[in-house]
Amino acid sequence: MEGTRHWRNVVVLWLIASLIMTPIVIFVFGPGLPPGNGSVEASGQVTDNTVLLATATPVALAVLVYLAYVCWAFRERTPEVILDGPAIRGNSSVQFWWLVVTTTLVLFLAGYGTVRLLADGAGGGQGPNPIAVPSAPGGGKPLVVQVIAQQWQFNYRFPGYGGVETNGIELPENTLVQFNVTSLDVIHSFWAYELGVKADANPGVNNVAYVTTKGPLLFHVRCAELCGVWHGYMFNQGLVVPKTQFAAWIARQEQLYAPATKTLPPYSKTYFPQPLRRGG
Amino acid sequence: MSAIAMSVPAGRRTGWRKLIGFNMLTGILLGIGGWYLGHFIGDHITGAGLAYYSAEAGENDIAIFLGYFLGVVGFLIGLGFANYPLKRLLGHPPALAEHESEAEGLFRYFTLNTDHKVVAKQYMVGIGLFFFVAGLNAMLIRTELLQPNVHVFGANQYLTLVGMHGAMMMGTMTSGLLGPFAQFVVPPMIGSRRMAFPRIESFTFWLLMAGEVILLTTIFFGGFQTGWTGYQPLGAQGTAGYDAYIGFFALVGLSMCLFGLNLVVTITAMRGRGMTWSRLPIFVWAAYATAWLMLLAAPMLIAALLMGAMDRTVQTAFYIPGQGGSAYLFQNLFWVFGHPEVYILALPGMGIVLELMPVFARKPLWGYRLAVAGMLGISFLSWFVWQHHLFVSGIDADLRPFYMLSTELISLPTGFIFLCAMGTLWRGRIRFTVPMLFCLAWMFNFLWGGISGVFVSDVPSDVTTHGSFFVMAHFHYTIMGGLVFAFFAAIYYWVPKMYGYNLNERLGKIHFWSLFIFFNSTFAPLFALGFLGMPRRVVTYNPAWQGLNDWVSISAYCIGLSMLVFLFNVVWSLLIKREPAPVNPWNSKSSEWTLPTPVPVQDFDRMPVFDADPYPYGVDPVPAGGPAYAPAGGTA
Repeated sequence: MEGTRHWRNVVVLWLIASLIMTPIVIFVFGPGLPPGNGSVEASGQVTDNTVLLATATPVALAVLVYLAYVCWAFRERTPEVILDGPAIRGNSSVQFWWLVVTTTLVLFLAGYGTVRLLADGAGGGQGPNPIAVPSAPGGGKPLVVQVIAQQWQFNYRFPGYGGVETNGIELPENTLVQFNVTSLDVIHSFWAYELGVKADANPGVNNVAYVTTKGPLLFHVRCAELCGVWHGYMFNQGLVVPKTQFAAWIARQEQLYAPATKTLPPYSKTYFPQPLRRGG
Repeated sequence: MSAIAMSVPAGRRTGWRKLIGFNMLTGILLGIGGWYLGHFIGDHITGAGLAYYSAEAGENDIAIFLGYFLGVVGFLIGLGFANYPLKRLLGHPPALAEHESEAEGLFRYFTLNTDHKVVAKQYMVGIGLFFFVAGLNAMLIRTELLQPNVHVFGANQYLTLVGMHGAMMMGTMTSGLLGPFAQFVVPPMIGSRRMAFPRIESFTFWLLMAGEVILLTTIFFGGFQTGWTGYQPLGAQGTAGYDAYIGFFALVGLSMCLFGLNLVVTITAMRGRGMTWSRLPIFVWAAYATAWLMLLAAPMLIAALLMGAMDRTVQTAFYIPGQGGSAYLFQNLFWVFGHPEVYILALPGMGIVLELMPVFARKPLWGYRLAVAGMLGISFLSWFVWQHHLFVSGIDADLRPFYMLSTELISLPTGFIFLCAMGTLWRGRIRFTVPMLFCLAWMFNFLWGGISGVFVSDVPSDVTTHGSFFVMAHFHYTIMGGLVFAFFAAIYYWVPKMYGYNLNERLGKIHFWSLFIFFNSTFAPLFALGFLGMPRRVVTYNPAWQGLNDWVSISAYCIGLSMLVFLFNVVWSLLIKREPAPVNPWNSKSSEWTLPTPVPVQDFDRMPVFDADPYPYGVDPVPAGGPAYAPAGGTA
């Protein structure tokens, strides 16, 4: 029967395309997916992105191969005569299996995403009461870094080091870092791309995100939420450095900013936002 | 329909004297008058308690809002919207029709008109105009992004362009498919002569136009820096340009809500004899599913904006943290509207694709019930996903797995739509006409929109993609690749019936292929830019990304050129080299094609009776090209 032959052709073409493309996606594209291997969470996101792309590849190929095939095989060969195709109004077994396959895929993706999310928080902002806290390498407590966003810069405050507030950021390697992200004015978003961290900075809210650093790294911090005129200029860089170097750096900062630290408000999860002024 | 409904007043004015009376000119004059009156009142009622805000800002938001409000009221009165209610108050008998006489000629298009076909064409031109303006904004945005540093516009101008592009596209295109096409074809498709509320039909159009003009006034007030999402408390900081954003979106919301109401009632109550729910054409189902979203989602937007307006005028603090307000409140309210909104954009496109594919594959729609289930399923599920816009915002972090699941579940009903489209093509006799090419391209584009949607719906992956160009590429694939391609499919398909002339096919194919190629060439690299770490709405970026950005900008200009081909085609085919369209140029079996061209004011001579499903391809002994069922008198 003609329909069966076409079915077989589509399935064979799809199988060939999927068998070629899926390994390419996993092994060639996969390692290049963002955000790289800068931290444990970032590596986890690369894995997630690879799984999603590998799952999506056969699905996308099924639609594309099918579309290309039907456009070629079922094109009107005698356009001057109006002829109708067969009056097929559906096929309950195709519909049933489509439903089964897509539901399975969707539930798999949602389940996988949930497991990955709850394992270590995936570097995302979890609000004031985080539910997914990764364990620190070698035990112990995380290094707390407060990220204070304001128009249009990020400042960093280290409550474990006398509450010193700095303009730049350096982090020790192989350490669990807890970012407490907040804002003084409007909504910003703290995006440390290479670390795989993104957490919105809301005025009056402490948004917590965790990241476990790996080896030395230069990372970019950008604001990922439109925050006014100079949003595009709200970026800087940070470093992940060996632990001894971090100790030296933070000691130097404490010394350097000692006069300023005295005048700062005491460390707090959030600060009373400044009155809003027009003209932003 | 009673006889009074059809009475048309005689003895219209002629020549320039037509300008006197209730029309667009009067509307504009009264609108300007209303603006000055509102501004005057606002300047005089502002008490000393509000002086702090006004003086600091150097502006008086109360006066501006009152100006907008009375301006719109004046505009609508000038157009004649107050006449009928006043007449009824004075005891005149009820009537349905206004300005429907064909003798009024072009004048009909510049006033309150209750003919659904005239309103459809008003929508077509009005939406086309602002689609064009918003598209030009996109070109200007891409011009600024040609270089990594500020070089053409300042940062403020750039953000205003971004905001205007987004807001205007979102606001305009909510009615982009239903405005012109549902208004035109839904009544004949369901066997009705008009929409349920013809004056509301006209009202929604003119309200939308008033809103668009208000948005344009933002450039006189310093623009707005918030993008189309208008997040607070950034909005509370904004200059008076943000008032224009609020005024615009609130009017769009009102227009959308009433339009939805009109469609719901029309489709529920105005179906002709034999038009059971299971015989509704799939486009009508799409309009129905969308109409519920418009009716129920838009009030949320209006409420959210009203609270923002109160923060800016009478010193409430709904959104101002530190004074008892919450920045999350606006995000929640906005996205409770905002996510149904994106399906308001997408669903009519799905309906058009499924409506057109049977015509050009010469087969019945495959899996009609599944398609209906898909549309209603999308419509229903779209209410439960909004917090996926807030995955990293820190709000309700425990609920993220739920929103991840609900978001990914939407791909099931969307998959139904794809399956039905694919099934319809199977063993068909596919004709690659211009509308069909656009439908096939819709499938290609929406596929990538859906696949990329899987990434942004997955929380761990969204940590990278949220707020980046990846998201931007994702929704342009669904909205531009989906809605706009369906928009053009519908234009090429229905214009012969709406305007009576065919669009040139060769120019149409040039338009299609250039748009398809350059659309993908523009937006596919944006996925890469997002993956590389480029945030949205930035005026400056890492110089390493300049190559990709320049490629995107140049491709975007080519989209612009492609649109010029389309404009040329419209002017050429509809004004210069007119080729009258036959009654049924596509040999469609849908009932709107049984109407004569041009469609007479009353649509049907005899009301049709429906006794079969709307896609009798391959079964009917009716000769090809003949009417499907129940011809409308002898004129066809």
